Amino acid sequence: MKLAYTLRLADDALIIGHRLSEWCGHGPILEQDIALTNTALDHLGRARSLYQYAAQQFNELPEAEKQTAFTSVAIQNLVNAGAAVSEDDMAFLRDGWDFRNTLLVEQPNIDWAYTVARAFYFDTYNYFFCSALKNSADTTLAAIAEKSLKEATYHLRWSSEWVVRLGDGTDESHERMQKAINELWSYTGEMFVASDAEKAMADQGIGVDVSKLKSLWMQRVQETLADATLAMPQAGWMQQGGKDGRHSENLGYILTELQFMQRAYPGMEW
Amino acid sequence: MTVHSFQEHFDNLIDREITIEPKDWMPDDYRKTLIRQISQHAHSEIIGMLPEGNWITRAPSLRRKSVLLAKVQDEAGHGLYLYSAAETLGVTRDDLYDQLHSGKAKYSSIFNYPTLTWADMGAIGWLVDGAAIMNQVPLCRTSYGPYARAMVRVCKEESFHQRQGFEIMLTLSKGTEVQRKMAQDAFNRWWWPSLMMFGPPDAESPHTEQSVRWRIKRMTNDELRQKFIDVTVEQAKILGLTVPDKNLKWNEERGSYDSGAINWEEFWNVVKGNGPCNKQRLETRKKAWDEGKWVRDAAMANAEKRKQRKEKAAQAA
Amino acid sequence: MNNKNEWPLWEVFIRSKAGLDHKHAGSLHAADEKMAIENARDVYTRRQEGVSIWVVESKHIHASDPDESGSLYDPANDKIYRHPTFYNLPEEVKYM
Repeated sequence: MKLAYTLRLADDALIIGHRLSEWCGHGPILEQDIALTNTALDHLGRARSLYQYAAQQFNELPEAEKQTAFTSVAIQNLVNAGAAVSEDDMAFLRDGWDFRNTLLVEQPNIDWAYTVARAFYFDTYNYFFCSALKNSADTTLAAIAEKSLKEATYHLRWSSEWVVRLGDGTDESHERMQKAINELWSYTGEMFVASDAEKAMADQGIGVDVSKLKSLWMQRVQETLADATLAMPQAGWMQQGGKDGRHSENLGYILTELQFMQRAYPGMEW
Repeated sequence: MTVHSFQEHFDNLIDREITIEPKDWMPDDYRKTLIRQISQHAHSEIIGMLPEGNWITRAPSLRRKSVLLAKVQDEAGHGLYLYSAAETLGVTRDDLYDQLHSGKAKYSSIFNYPTLTWADMGAIGWLVDGAAIMNQVPLCRTSYGPYARAMVRVCKEESFHQRQGFEIMLTLSKGTEVQRKMAQDAFNRWWWPSLMMFGPPDAESPHTEQSVRWRIKRMTNDELRQKFIDVTVEQAKILGLTVPDKNLKWNEERGSYDSGAINWEEFWNVVKGNGPCNKQRLETRKKAWDEGKWVRDAAMANAEKRKQRKEKAAQAA
Repeated sequence: MNNKNEWPLWEVFIRSKAGLDHKHAGSLHAADEKMAIENARDVYTRRQEGVSIWVVESKHIHASDPDESGSLYDPANDKIYRHPTFYNLPEEVKYM
């Protein structure tokens, strides 16, 4: 369960980092291109720490469990060969249904407003999440959370300020921002519905009870949207499935690029 | 002072290798040449983000991905430092972008070649950044202060770029057959364009003499090119790669390598816009800039609103 | 030729470590002061170059005129008595 939990966190970090990295070279102005890439690098760094920890846990599993943990033939081949798996194997060789990230982080960039809205929803969650995970009974996760909290604090500052700038900027930016906030809203509920792994880990004091983060998140989002002269979206139907491996079509395309090299040229050093 | 004495004073500073600063008097030609050279350099950094940016989402390991992302980001930073240096000469970044987007301004032609495999990330770091460093290090002591200071920062940050490229090539050359093939293929495609990076032969280079005097340039195109060939051929040996030049031969007398003729027709065509990727590169940049306009405008509008609210609050108090 | 909507230019000063002066690092564009500080953080401290940042809009910098440098700085040239090395002390006076 802890392995599943670690991967759940790692996948969120990798996928949102991947999305943000797509902006590199295409930002609206050099300064912000650089800023967004810093954030992408933070997420990627967190993903690496978590995948390293996940690989370590995987390598300590009993042999029989290693065989069935993931459907990936590439990983099963490694196990059969008696090889240890690495952070890269976790990221590049697992199949889509073994990814446990939320649907929110895999949504496409579309424009600056969507990118800011997605970042804002995630950063707000991640800020409260890291604040709580820092007290984890698991020292590795606690240490990762402590480092990540500093980054998440800055990310939230960046995305909140942009929500306000765009919301309270020009008529066009207001409209675009409101649209992005509304459209991505249905992907926010999933963050606060605990998966089995999240429940089990929260019970053991290792993970965070995500259902408890919801009111903190709501309050912060409400305040920022008010500052931005934007309307809070109405409660409504929430999309779910990412935490159980049922993803949007987006993930397939992300993995096609992300995993291309490792899948096309298996077992090589780069 | 008369114009004549201004000129004399300026020449005197140049001869004594004293740095020229933004508010100092300078000849119009000097200002124009600098704006052209610095902005070309800045544009090259920004366009140069694109061929490598291609591979960020496809990098083969998480470590390589972080390194590549940080490297492409550095290029954005270098572009920024250089645009800032150009701005001290009385142009705005927006003006310079207009020149780039309209096709009036040039940038390094090398970035009009495509990146087809992962090995291209290695070849670019090793060869293109290698050639760039050779061009750039002398500019850390160039006569114009803001340019020299920007270059000091650029060169300091650049030093990891070539190393990471060489490391990629080394890993490939020690890898499987397909990896070695990838490395050689990239080397074949990037070798000649890298040599062209030093610019046309001295005999045909119109700006060289004046630029050397102004220390905007410190070595001639051919001198730098020869230096690059001599260093790089030795590095290729370490990688076990074959230099794609049948006429390459060590010349004992000169203590340098003799090399085959460069296809200058190709060079001039790429400069004129006929390279494999000229159109895509420029369109990508224009698209990013045009689609970013509403974002930039929004930020200004918001800053303006907040300033006014603050003033109002101050008045009320 | 000037786009009035171009983000203003800011000068960035960075304290590289506690106890040192802020030093000019370079410039950048930003819409407002908050963004200027954040952009400075993202652009100029990527390699742990700083612990504190000042930004000032470039238009607020007042600079001395280089043509007056003679009258401004040369008069200090002959005031060598302001420097400690001007004074001869006997060898026995070790620390002063």
